[in-house]
Amino acid sequence: MFIVKYIKEVLSAIRSLLVGMRRTGYYFTHHKEIITEQYPDNRNTLVMADRFKGEVVLTHDENNEHACTGCTACELACPNATIKIVTKFDITPEGKKKKAIDKFVYHLELCTMCNLCIVACPTDAIKMAQTFEHSVYDRSELTKILNKPDSKIRAGIE
Amino acid sequence: MFEEIGTNTEGDLIINVGPQHPATHGVLHLVLTLNGETIKKVEPHLGYIHRSIEKMCESLTYRQFIYVTSRMDYLSAHINNHACAISVEKGMQLEVPERAQVIRVIMDELTRIASHELWWGAMAMDIGAFTPFFHAFREREKINEIMEETCGARLTMNYYVPGGLMADLHPDFQKKVKEFIILFKKKIDEYDELVTGNIIFINRMKGVGLLSKEDAVSFGVTGPAGRGSGVSNDIRKLYPYAVYDKVQFEEILETGCDSLARYMVRIREMKQSILIIEQLIDNIPEGDFQAKTKAVLKLPKGEFYTRVETARGELGVYIVSEGGTTPYRIKFRSPGFSNLSALDKMARGSKLGDLVAMMGTLDLVIPDIDR
Amino acid sequence: MIIEMVIAGIAVIGLFAALGLVLVIMERRVAAWIQIRLGPNRVGPKGMLQSLADTVKLLVKEGMTPNGADKFLFNFAPFIAMMVAMLLMAPIAFAKDFQLWDMNIGVLYITAISSIMVISILMAGWASNNKYSLMGAMRSGAQIVSYELSAGLSILTIVVFTGSLNITDIITAQADGWWIFKGHIPVIISFVIFIIAVTAETNRAPFDLAEAESELTAGFHTEYSGMKFALFFLAEYINVFIVCAIGATLFLGGWMPFHIGHWEAFNQVMDYIPSSIWFFGKTFFLIFVIMWFRWTFPRLRIDQLLNLEWKYLLPISMFNLLLATAMAILGWHF
Repeated sequence: MFIVKYIKEVLSAIRSLLVGMRRTGYYFTHHKEIITEQYPDNRNTLVMADRFKGEVVLTHDENNEHACTGCTACELACPNATIKIVTKFDITPEGKKKKAIDKFVYHLELCTMCNLCIVACPTDAIKMAQTFEHSVYDRSELTKILNKPDSKIRAGIE
Repeated sequence: MFEEIGTNTEGDLIINVGPQHPATHGVLHLVLTLNGETIKKVEPHLGYIHRSIEKMCESLTYRQFIYVTSRMDYLSAHINNHACAISVEKGMQLEVPERAQVIRVIMDELTRIASHELWWGAMAMDIGAFTPFFHAFREREKINEIMEETCGARLTMNYYVPGGLMADLHPDFQKKVKEFIILFKKKIDEYDELVTGNIIFINRMKGVGLLSKEDAVSFGVTGPAGRGSGVSNDIRKLYPYAVYDKVQFEEILETGCDSLARYMVRIREMKQSILIIEQLIDNIPEGDFQAKTKAVLKLPKGEFYTRVETARGELGVYIVSEGGTTPYRIKFRSPGFSNLSALDKMARGSKLGDLVAMMGTLDLVIPDIDR
Repeated sequence: MIIEMVIAGIAVIGLFAALGLVLVIMERRVAAWIQIRLGPNRVGPKGMLQSLADTVKLLVKEGMTPNGADKFLFNFAPFIAMMVAMLLMAPIAFAKDFQLWDMNIGVLYITAISSIMVISILMAGWASNNKYSLMGAMRSGAQIVSYELSAGLSILTIVVFTGSLNITDIITAQADGWWIFKGHIPVIISFVIFIIAVTAETNRAPFDLAEAESELTAGFHTEYSGMKFALFFLAEYINVFIVCAIGATLFLGGWMPFHIGHWEAFNQVMDYIPSSIWFFGKTFFLIFVIMWFRWTFPRLRIDQLLNLEWKYLLPISMFNLLLATAMAILGWHF
């Protein structure tokens, strides 16, 4: 029958709409399911994943010593020329010349956080830090020198 | 070259959708010829986000070029990287450890679910329902957290290297994936309540954007869009890579040829991906996550072609090597480009509102089209 | 007399501003909660002053007029939208004995004036000299003209039962029970049709084809900015309020308190609640339902929209009116 079919059609259409409204109504009344991150407010409690790739840092220990030998493996591994290592020659107590880093220049503005430099480093001198608030007023502030002033290479690292 | 403004000689309205338009989800530019609300012609204009990724890859070594490909189809970044890794491994005849292969497949399928989630939300937004977008992000966020924990990034992970993976799995990985599977199975029924069963939605999708099987083949439409027209083209089934030949899953085929069929393929595909992950998550073999490789990778002289199934369709990576450390030429066969070419065929004769729905079901990612 | 009119005018404008602010924040809050978000939470306590801040921002923004636009019509269209909304306020009974103009053809006046709304949208779309705007305006024209019919017919059902076009009479007729709760099937059907039709008439989702963000960017107000845009925005919300107020008056008893049969104590408690609270409560409930629609449903296509009206709503409401008339003639109602 045409009329019965017509009425059935209308009723099933209304039913399908009510099912959707029940679902949205459920979320309207259940505020515990809210999942948005209250970012600037939860800054103090925010924990990033320990592998999160935020920026490259050169790790220094308490004696202001790092493990970078200046081998430029990271510089070669980098696809974007993000890392530039300037080397100098230190005179060892025995009077020999020894290669060491002068400046570990890191261009954060070029970095794509691909992790290739970290993998390439033979002495595990650099690692990824979990910082992510990188906004600055001038792009020149993004060019960083990673080795701290007067830092030295840790003894025993070749 | 093109008539872009005003009306043409037949008095049809010419309207520019894009490059800045809410429905194009990027910088796609469509020049529409309209007769009232009815579409007479669709001309896609490309190139707004062309970054010459293929040319860039020619100057990068085989280790380095993989990360660039995450930026093509950023929603299936892992799968793009997988294709590149496979083609380099194929060239070097590297044996990838079983563990790495299994993890790669799990990651690929998680990526596929995340991509389809985003598509589902964006597609619903295209046809005017805003709420599904946020609900889809709820589940996608869980996948992103899993990715962040293991790969260190949420979108462009760069987790695959030639010969295996960059790092081993995070200890919590299996637990979190299992939690996600339980959550996802519960929530996917809500999708049906909210969108799939809705009478307005069904009427908007059914019989709209028809693409026959023959047309789908001749336009090279792959992926869920092609399978919605009944073309069996799942690379995971036809030319299995990694461990896809060892897992049980179904290739989803719909024969509706319309927008609804393409929609249903993706919804059902998400369930299949969950099935694959369920089979593998408890059976990750022990062992190395990376094969031993030399510091400098060199491919022998020759040509290497790999294809994988991304969330959007068939991605082909074609590497021509002269024997050096960098490729001589790289060509990517991106699924979005071929899928977009069928839009004109599908859209002719339908209404303006349907065009937006069709673009939604093609699941266009513009950086994938332009590269 | 003049002072009275001035006071009334100021009161209406004040109500307008207040309603606009309240409705915008309400819409954003409803949307946020449905979408598992928190919504505005920056300005004022719990973000309650957000819409005030937005208004200030829109006020100080430059109101641009595109070069190719018809300047007079372009600038005039928002004011027509506002004027229509203001005129519609006149016959609404906000509380017991509180009405700007208790005319004897109140319902007819409302249906007549609300159809002027389409002129402002057409004017805005045409004058903008933008194809998106034009398409939005034309869609809106077709839509509002067709949905006027079923909105009018569903209102007529109540008019047939009460036998009066006067708003006060209609409310008084519901003293012993609201029309929706009296159990007349034609009234329930016409209530559903009324809600659907007014959602379409006010260009709200799922019938927001005139704006259709994903298709026409912003539809008829694509070219509008600053205060001129704000007037359209405000007019949309005021219109929603007015149609919901009419719905509350016709079907939910306006300011009439909720009474149950012979429960004297209960009825007395209900009477104790001020009539204005009853009116606004009912109206805001209907507004919430319309917002609920917006954040749940996808948008219809233009041909489906017209199909829905001409093939479903109009036949049903005509049949419904016939049924109601038969019931009224035979005296089967109470």
